[in-house]
This record gives sequence, C-alpha cells and structure tokens, in this order.
Amino acid sequence: MMAAAMRLVNRSILTPGMDRQFLAFSSAAHLRTVGLRAADALPEKVKMVEVGPRDGLQNEKTVVPTETKIKLINMLSESGLAVIEATSFVSPKWVPQMADQTEVMKGISKKPGVSYPVLTPNLKGFQAAVKAGASEVAIFGAASELFSKKNINCSVEESLQRFDDIMKAAKEAAVPVRGYVSCVVGCPYEGKVAPEKVAHVAKRLYSMGCYEISLGDTIGVGTPGSMTEMLEAVSKEVPLSALAVHCHDTYGQALANILVALQMGVSVVDSSVAGLGGCPYAQGASGNVATEDVVYMLHGLGIQTGVDLQKLMDAGAFICRTLNRKTSSKVAQATCKL
Amino acid sequence: MKSFIVPQEIVPTRVKIELIDMLSATGLSVIEATSFVSSKWVPQMADHTDVLQGIQRAPNVRYPVLTPNMQGFQDAIAAGATEVAVFGSASETFSRRNINCSIDESMLRFEEVINAAKEQQIPVRGYVSCALGCPYEGCIEPPKVAEVAKRMYEMGCYEISLGDTIGVGTPGSMFKMLQKVMKDVPVDALAVHCHDTYGQALPNILTALQMGVSVVDSAVAGLGGCPYAQGSTGNVSTEDVLYMLHGMGIQTGVNLNKVIEAGDCICNALGRQTNSRVAQAKGRTL
Repeated sequence: MMAAAMRLVNRSILTPGMDRQFLAFSSAAHLRTVGLRAADALPEKVKMVEVGPRDGLQNEKTVVPTETKIKLINMLSESGLAVIEATSFVSPKWVPQMADQTEVMKGISKKPGVSYPVLTPNLKGFQAAVKAGASEVAIFGAASELFSKKNINCSVEESLQRFDDIMKAAKEAAVPVRGYVSCVVGCPYEGKVAPEKVAHVAKRLYSMGCYEISLGDTIGVGTPGSMTEMLEAVSKEVPLSALAVHCHDTYGQALANILVALQMGVSVVDSSVAGLGGCPYAQGASGNVATEDVVYMLHGLGIQTGVDLQKLMDAGAFICRTLNRKTSSKVAQATCKL
Repeated sequence: MKSFIVPQEIVPTRVKIELIDMLSATGLSVIEATSFVSSKWVPQMADHTDVLQGIQRAPNVRYPVLTPNMQGFQDAIAAGATEVAVFGSASETFSRRNINCSIDESMLRFEEVINAAKEQQIPVRGYVSCALGCPYEGCIEPPKVAEVAKRMYEMGCYEISLGDTIGVGTPGSMFKMLQKVMKDVPVDALAVHCHDTYGQALPNILTALQMGVSVVDSAVAGLGGCPYAQGSTGNVSTEDVLYMLHGMGIQTGVNLNKVIEAGDCICNALGRQTNSRVAQAKGRTL
C-alpha cells in the first residue's frame, strides 16, 4: 500500500515582524490558542474522573451483567484512579443499562480515598442514591435548549430548577454535587453553541452549590479553537480550579482539546477506560476519549495522575473481552501488539 | 528490510493514480507520489515510473518522490520527478536495520544525491525518522535528532521532516525535541511527521504549531499502519489534522470534503475502513 504522505503548507500566513510563536488568525481567541505557548506552565497534577462504568457502559449496545460492572469498578479502583463514576439513578425505564444501580452501589468494594459519584437526575433519584450508599452525586445540565428538550424533556431553565431540590437535599446530607454541562462547543440539533450560554449555565450550577463543573463536548466537534473560546468565557464566571473537561473523540480532537484546556489552567479531566461509550449521534463513531490515551499523554508531559497505566489497561482489556469489542484506546492497541 | 511503507497487499497502479489525481484536486500543494527504492525491497512501489508518468500533475502542486541513493535518483529524474526526498534516521540501529548502513554512511549516500540534485536544480527534502523514539533503541535524545537534522539541512535539504516513526511521542517529548532542533535548523525549514499509534498525533502537531512549525505531514484516511506494532495505526489522518487546523482558524488551502471523498475512494478500493475519525463521524451523523 502506498503511504501517500501529504503536506499542508501554511507558510503564507507568517508575516515578517510577527513573533514566530504566533500564526496569523482572524480572531483573538484563535490567536490565543496557538499563542498558548507549548512551554506554558501546565498543572503538576491532574485529577482523572473515570466515567467508563456509567457514561461508557450506558452508551454501549450490550447490556452488561451486574457482576461484570462490579468487577470493572473494582479493577479501576486498584489502578489509582481517585474518582470513578459508578452508576446512574435514572429510571430504568429510560436507561435499562443502569437498572442494577442499587446492586452495583452495594456490591463494589469502595477503596478508601476513592470517590464513587452517581448520576441523579431528580430528587427521587437522589434519595435512592443516598439510600444505596452514595456519598457523591452528579447532575446534568445542557448549554443547548433543543438538546435539553430532546434529552430530558424540559428547557434548560426548568432543569436547573429541578436541580434546586437536589441541591437542598444534598446540602442537608452533606453530599457533594458535581455539575455537568453538555453541548459546550456544539449541539447535534442546534449546531454551534454560544460560549456565553455555556458560561451562564456553568455559573448557575456553580452558584447553586456544585463543587465542580464538567464541561462536555457531547458530540466531539470541538477543536482547540472552539475549546479556548469556550473556556475563556466560562472561566470569567467559574474559577478554573472548579472546572473539568469532558471531551469526546468523535472527530479525533479530544487529546488536542484536553491539552489546550490544561494550558489554560484546567486540571480535571473526564475520560472512559478503553474509550467505552460510542456516540449516540453518529452511529458507530467513537465517543468518550480513552483514559489510557489521556494518561499516556499526561505522563509524557510529566504530569502526575496517580494512575498505574498497566492496571488501567488490564481493566480495559477485561471489559472489552466481556463486551466482545475492540478497545478504542490506541495506547492499549499499540501496547498489546509490540 | 523494512522501509516506512507497510508491507501489505499490492495496490494496482491505476488505483494509485486515481488517488493522487483526486488528491490533486483538493487544494493540497504537496503530494508524495511514490518511491524510487529498488522493487526488490519495496515491491509495492515497483510501478514507480508508471505512477509518476500516469498522474495528471496539477499546476501549483508538487509531487516529491523518495530516492534513497543515486540509482533511485537517476531513475526518478528519468521518470520526470521534479522534487526528491531522502530518509535519514536519528537512531543508529534503525538506520542499520532499515537501510542497511550506519547514519554516517547514509549521509554520504544522501550527499551524492543532494549534489546531483543541486546540479539539476531539483529541491531535496530530508526526513529524520525516530525523532521521538526508536523501536530498537527506545528513547532517542534530542541532541542526536538535532545533529542529524542539521547535517541534512547543511548538505542542502530545503526542509527537514521530523518523524515520530513509532508514534510514542507526546507533547512533552515533542517540545523538548523541537526546542533542541530549532537551535540548529530554522523553524521555517522544519516539518513534523507524527504517527498516531498511541493516539498522540494531534496534540503533538498542536505543540509543534505552538512552537512555530508550519508544515505538517499526514496521510489521507490515515493510510499506512505501523510496521512495529502489528495492526496498530501509523500515519495521522489528513482529514483529522485539517479538521483541527480549520477549527483553529488556520488556513491550509485544502478542501476537507474533497479529501474525505478521496479517502473514501481509496478505502473502498482497498476494501478497508478509514482510520480517520472525521471521515467516520461525517459518514454517520444524523
């Protein structure tokens, strides 16, 4: 097979007198993206939030037996991950893959120092979660009106009001709440999403009491350009230390997007072991970024994650065998075949 | 002996020509067409002359070809080549295993080619493989990469493409390597050739761009696996790189949809799936 290697030539946009570090762009935000120097101080440590057992498995075609989920979570607990999203207290009517939510919560071996947040879309889910032993929960907002309506059947504002109930109950029970914002750089229905809208929703969730806001590129259309623009807007309303990025790799952009987020000061990254969880909006396309690939990049940058890559890969290999699917992690693929 | 081309099934000449012709219409300004290596070593490139003579060369597009030695160079010129490329390595072991000689010996060979090329005013591009790691030696120190890049640049290569041959590089090692190389070769004369074997190609390319590099090598549909990790990906997909660059407002002059079409076409002809995530996603969205 011919290795047809091609070259993109951008030289025309370098003008004399312009600092070599910058390529000419039309907008300041884009300038900033590339102007972020590679040598910019990166965080020393990054907290990895593992969403494989929930976000990942929820979006896999195969329904996974309870024991398998428990084993997966236990293996992940041994890999050094400090946060593992265990399950979702959504009605099994809507998400049958998470119907065993209580058994999973009760069945896992909770490792000291590891947090096992669960999704709670409403007060009922919250109460069931706490009863099942959850000590951290997460709520899901959207930056897109259409997405909110199609996904959870209500407007963004209505969803935020629903969360008020959860926030009150969580405060009383001293249960920390993480907030997710989906469609932060693009929506499958609305297309482009305004950074100000994302900032508005993020700010609301943060002011309500969420300790951290995870910004999700739900359909993976973001690039370092749109990512920086969005983060600039959001970081005006929410401190960077309270932000996380949840990038999808549907267009192969996840690692590049995570890199610019780190360069801007974000130090919490969501990912899914083996890249579990395809994209529900692009049949057969990839979804979540693979934890192995993120960890490989972070370690290569000298950033500490606390994660043992080999143990992580073992967990990935296990779940892929069980699901009878290939891993979406390139690191896992390459490591197995050298 | 292995080269950078993955030994797989032989692609018919007319399919190669069709691919190059489609790529010529996308806005790409440089398309590496073939290799004038002995067909004994690289049977997939045995039709090099037919390919070079069969393609419809678009104006404003260049079609460099690989020429490992004088024999290859002369054959390339006879076939109508107007730009050539030579392939060095930052790793001694890789050089010996891949082209059967030490780095020093390879430089002598290249010098011959470059001098002959100078006489005929044929530009020569230099490649340095194993710039971020070697399948045999492991870690490759930046000073070694800089030394080889500098030699090739000073011999007369107009541009040096730094290749992460086994895709092990990360933004960390890319930064360190470029920092060193840029002390010896002007950034204007540098290109990056990243492999995506460990999924690191796009962040590595981004790092290079942030440091001032403005030339990026890639392969449509991510053609070309990794010969050192059976079944793994190799070249980064042109489509995915373009998507990132355009998303950042960087001009490339390339039409992404036309590249996707070319990629779909070659993948159909080869009976394989694209490695490009962009192509996969675009083929399947609501």
